[in-house]
Amino acid sequence: MPDRIARRITLAIAATLAAGVVRAAEPYGIGRPATPQEIAGWDIGVSPSGAGLPSGRGGVRRGEAVYAEKCASCHGAYGEGKPMDQLVGGFGTVFDMKPHKTVGSFWPYATTLFDYVRRAMPLNAPQSLTPDEVYAVSAYVLFLNGIVSEETTLDKDNLAKIVMPNRDGFVSAYQSPSVGAKP
Amino acid sequence: MIPQRLKSRSPSRRDRADGAVRQITRRGLIEASARAAAAAIASHQALAQEGDNLPPSVPEWQLHPGADVMSPPYGLPSRFEANVVRRPRGGSPEPPTRVAALSVTPLQDLCGIITPNGLHYERHHAGTPTIDPLEHWLIVHGMVQQPMIFTIEDVRRFPSVSRIHFLECSGNTQNWRAPKPELTVQDTHGLLSCCEWTGVPLATILAEAGVQPEAKWMLAEGADAAAMTRSIPIEKALDDALLAYAQNGERLRPEQGYPLRLLLPGYEGNASVKWLRRLKLGAEPFETREETSKYTMVMPDGETRQFNFVMQAKSVITFPSGGQRLGPPGFYEISGLAWSGLGKVALVEVSTDGGASWRDAALQEPVMSKCLTRFRSPWRWDGGPALLASRVTDETGYVQPSREALLKQRDVRSYYHYNAIQNWSVAAGGVVTNAG
Repeated sequence: MPDRIARRITLAIAATLAAGVVRAAEPYGIGRPATPQEIAGWDIGVSPSGAGLPSGRGGVRRGEAVYAEKCASCHGAYGEGKPMDQLVGGFGTVFDMKPHKTVGSFWPYATTLFDYVRRAMPLNAPQSLTPDEVYAVSAYVLFLNGIVSEETTLDKDNLAKIVMPNRDGFVSAYQSPSVGAKP
Repeated sequence: MIPQRLKSRSPSRRDRADGAVRQITRRGLIEASARAAAAAIASHQALAQEGDNLPPSVPEWQLHPGADVMSPPYGLPSRFEANVVRRPRGGSPEPPTRVAALSVTPLQDLCGIITPNGLHYERHHAGTPTIDPLEHWLIVHGMVQQPMIFTIEDVRRFPSVSRIHFLECSGNTQNWRAPKPELTVQDTHGLLSCCEWTGVPLATILAEAGVQPEAKWMLAEGADAAAMTRSIPIEKALDDALLAYAQNGERLRPEQGYPLRLLLPGYEGNASVKWLRRLKLGAEPFETREETSKYTMVMPDGETRQFNFVMQAKSVITFPSGGQRLGPPGFYEISGLAWSGLGKVALVEVSTDGGASWRDAALQEPVMSKCLTRFRSPWRWDGGPALLASRVTDETGYVQPSREALLKQRDVRSYYHYNAIQNWSVAAGGVVTNAG
């Protein structure tokens, strides 16, 4: 019985794929529409285009204070790491046998820094920083890496425009479902 | 009622058993494992000298009734198996925190292909959350015709399927550098498990929301403290992806994503996001931390590869394996596991001479796609040194590479997706060590 249902769904999907939209021919009618408010509370992701960045702003100096209070105990006073990941420096070491892959030397997008701090940092209190604090501490980490100046204030209009040093260092190994990763 | 006289029989034997368990769980690595293996192999002789439970004596446990039913209500393994547990990975540095850490499955102690739920390997990025299923919803939004919310009960109303698939962490097996001889197969390959997963085909739920034609990638987000995220190609989401809520017949364990996880057969483990709370469809990958800073492979040619989803074919002998010790020369059954993220295992070959010669192993049926396959090969050990290895070929024709061949393509800088042939060295006397 489940097999027959699954086949019916597959056929329905195949039919709708041809039309460009994957939509159940006969929806089950299970679940309910999500409201914009419900989505907004959970949609914390930020894309390289900057889509998803919230309102707010924060600069390097404010970020220095946030960093000292929330980050330095794990990442070192200046992002040098220990016990957790090194955040600063390591330029030119990515291809060494013992590389220092930091935000500055390795991360391709500044939006990823904002996204990750916002969703997961600090480890003992994730999602506790305000948007202003996330902008500020992102600015400070980028400043420590020499990527932005001390006078920089970040917001949703300029953060995604930052060109990270290793922006062009990555290639996608994803090709198609039947080929998959390179060896 | 149990007569007290009988119940307290043979206290000295019980004490010995407890003592042995305590010693082994202290993880003296090679000593403990070798002791356990040697004990298992040489057990008949040892017990004959110690025991009054062997012929012609009647065993103590036959002289009174055993434990009540439901002792306990959720059953546990025999206390004589107390050393069969997940452990930190030997040979790796102790992580600075146990919430962003891993534990490895005791492959050397398991039979068949199914990993018991309490032994499934763990890799968490900010600990295991305690989630009330009544307060855990799944939001599907982004490039869909109708953003939707599903409760766990909603998800369980859809037509379901059960499939047996392996999960392997892409960081499994770190034999890039000179192999550490003391490592066990739990250390080298224990970020590998295999369960029967029950859930709803993701395609069913995506079709319920309606996927817009521009949608090419899907962000999957967990409800853990890392809000773990990965971008998944829409082709995979509409192919064999599952929204799983059960594992080996029971609801997911908390460590495996209770009450809902993504399950992407054949993909590196971290992409099967646990504690799944949100799916967002978009035109581009979202470039999360876990697909840029981590889980990317630095290649010798100067590029860094991301989205290395598929776990290529791989195999390993689990008996005899590192830390074990063979008994007297004679017959042993070599046994191990083979798998491929691209489909079914087609062939496993076994060598006892370091790859100079190979012979086909027997494959335990059923052989399933993107699932562990148990292989076995009879062996008469002559008591001298031997080098044991297995090599898998999957149904696409991909052949598991030698370590040398893999190292020609990439090296320790790529870190992830080490899938080379594993060698175990058997010394004269029977001690087995990791030979990489």
